[in-house]
Amino acid sequence: MTFPAPGDASRAPFTTATGAAPVAVETVHLRKTFGPLVAVDALDLTIARGEVFGLLGPNGSGKTTTIRMLCGLLEPTSGSARVVGFDVAREPEKIRERIGYMSQRFGLYDDLTVGENLRFYATVYGLHGDARAARLAIHMGKMGLLERATQLAGTLSGGWKQRLSLACATAHEPAMLFLDEPTAGVDPAARRAFWESIYQLARGGTTILVTTHYMDEAERCQRLAFLSRGHLIGLGTPAEIPALFGQKTIEGVFVELQRRDEGAAA
Amino acid sequence: MSLMERARLSRVWPMLWKEFIQMRRDRLTLALIVGMPALQLMLFGYAVQTEVRHQPTIVLDESRSSESRALVTTVANSGTFDIVGHVHSRAEVQSLIEDGTAKAALIIPPDFMADIKRGRTAEAQMIVNAADPQSAAAALAGAQLSAGARTQALLGGAGHRRVVPLELRVRPWYNPAQRSAIFIVPGVIGVLLTLTMTLITSTAIVRERERGTLEQLIVTPIDKTSLMLGKTIPFIVVGYAQMTTALFFGKVIFDIPIRGSLILLYVAALAFILASLGVGLLISTLARTQAQAMQLSFFFMLPNILLSGYVFPREAMPEPAQWVGLLLPLTYFLKVLRRILLMGVGVEHIWREWVTLAVIATVLLMISIKRFSKTIE
Repeated sequence: MTFPAPGDASRAPFTTATGAAPVAVETVHLRKTFGPLVAVDALDLTIARGEVFGLLGPNGSGKTTTIRMLCGLLEPTSGSARVVGFDVAREPEKIRERIGYMSQRFGLYDDLTVGENLRFYATVYGLHGDARAARLAIHMGKMGLLERATQLAGTLSGGWKQRLSLACATAHEPAMLFLDEPTAGVDPAARRAFWESIYQLARGGTTILVTTHYMDEAERCQRLAFLSRGHLIGLGTPAEIPALFGQKTIEGVFVELQRRDEGAAA
Repeated sequence: MSLMERARLSRVWPMLWKEFIQMRRDRLTLALIVGMPALQLMLFGYAVQTEVRHQPTIVLDESRSSESRALVTTVANSGTFDIVGHVHSRAEVQSLIEDGTAKAALIIPPDFMADIKRGRTAEAQMIVNAADPQSAAAALAGAQLSAGARTQALLGGAGHRRVVPLELRVRPWYNPAQRSAIFIVPGVIGVLLTLTMTLITSTAIVRERERGTLEQLIVTPIDKTSLMLGKTIPFIVVGYAQMTTALFFGKVIFDIPIRGSLILLYVAALAFILASLGVGLLISTLARTQAQAMQLSFFFMLPNILLSGYVFPREAMPEPAQWVGLLLPLTYFLKVLRRILLMGVGVEHIWREWVTLAVIATVLLMISIKRFSKTIE
């Protein structure tokens, strides 16, 4: 029951506020405003360790803002959040050592090769020397990147870029992985392969928070949270969610929410 | 060294490693950095003429007579020279000109008064720092006017005389031919370094922001000092490469003298390069896009070109303009460059400028690191 930091030999177990069941993420009245715009409001969310948790909602509902606050990329306006046992406002560096993050946009270096990008991120996360070489060799093999090691990242196709991003975000074996629309613009075969990797990580004990617009991906999550205009409006398993909104499918929920949002805007 | 410090240091290396690979792959920028010194030297190698007044001047009056005092007054009234002090030896003259306190020195020999009384031509010397040919040209004209005025007065007082009673000989030091290239080329080196260092650094971090790579980077445990230094240190190498290219072309094309120690110049240049990188980093914490960073960098270049003493002598400027010039790293580096290259001075005449540059560099780097935030707002 530990969340090891890379290079942390002691592997100290983390404890939660309650001290009971291990919790990977816990937010209390989390709020973020940009000027007059309230992006996220009064968000209370708990994600268990090892869970594959889906964050859904129309564009502008606050998914990305939530993920960015949990990763320490944005400071919450008010409220609090703990990630892998640390407070996002007070101990962001401790969190950063223990998480992996994939943004919507390809965030790696186009002018470095696949191998160089991986090596750079592994080193930044504190891996060195033989340990790094051994870890990367295994990791690249697992991700199917070995034969592309010397290719410039900028020349990769969308599916391979996303695979490289996942590899860079997980080489340090993070306790928790944040994926912000990781499969946007990727073909179905690559998406399937991607989700196989995600499940593999989850089986290894990694907690995963993922945002998506794809229904089939939402159904692969163990639990889902629906956001609308910054508010949490539904929480449950993929089987429970449609009934909460009087719909038959998750897609129906999406369409209904989109319609409500547009009605409110008109 | 504490464990924390060691961990922090270890994260500069991956940044440096990455930056050098990226730099090596960006052939166009690399070519530009090396090619620019040659091009700029060609463009700026020719001087702009301006009127220079109020040059700080020291007096070595060995005559101590009413005639010598009259000459000093005439020189002081010319408007070209401001008497800033009296000295008692030639060694002092040399020292004050070398450290920049004086741009000119009026030397009146012991028998000056006696020569005039005996009807011989009395000779005084006006030594001028001709490293800056504009100042030198103005000094030449000013000295002739002063001598002419004094001669008129003497002739009027003594009536008919056969010989010219007084001559003021101008000795242009350091650049006897008064070639403007010799003045301008060291300046080009400074201006070039300011431009490249500021521009490259200011866009480097903003580029990562625009491409989305900064978001991926700041979500890692990399500390902001490592990040900023990792983005900065590679450009020190670039700066030295540029300076070397410019010195090489300056020597080959314009035959500029290199009288002082090159080692001293390279050591002194480090403080200036760091200060310029500091300006670039500060801009990168202000700008949100590469276009903004470029605009701010060019905006910063304007006072550098106009107020640093690069083309227009600072002595000719109104005081507020001189104060602004004191804030620019280039102002100090130009003095260092010209003194080492043209005057061949040693460390004792440039250390003040060096310390000032080091202070500016430290302050700028610290402000930049403090301002940089590992968030994306």
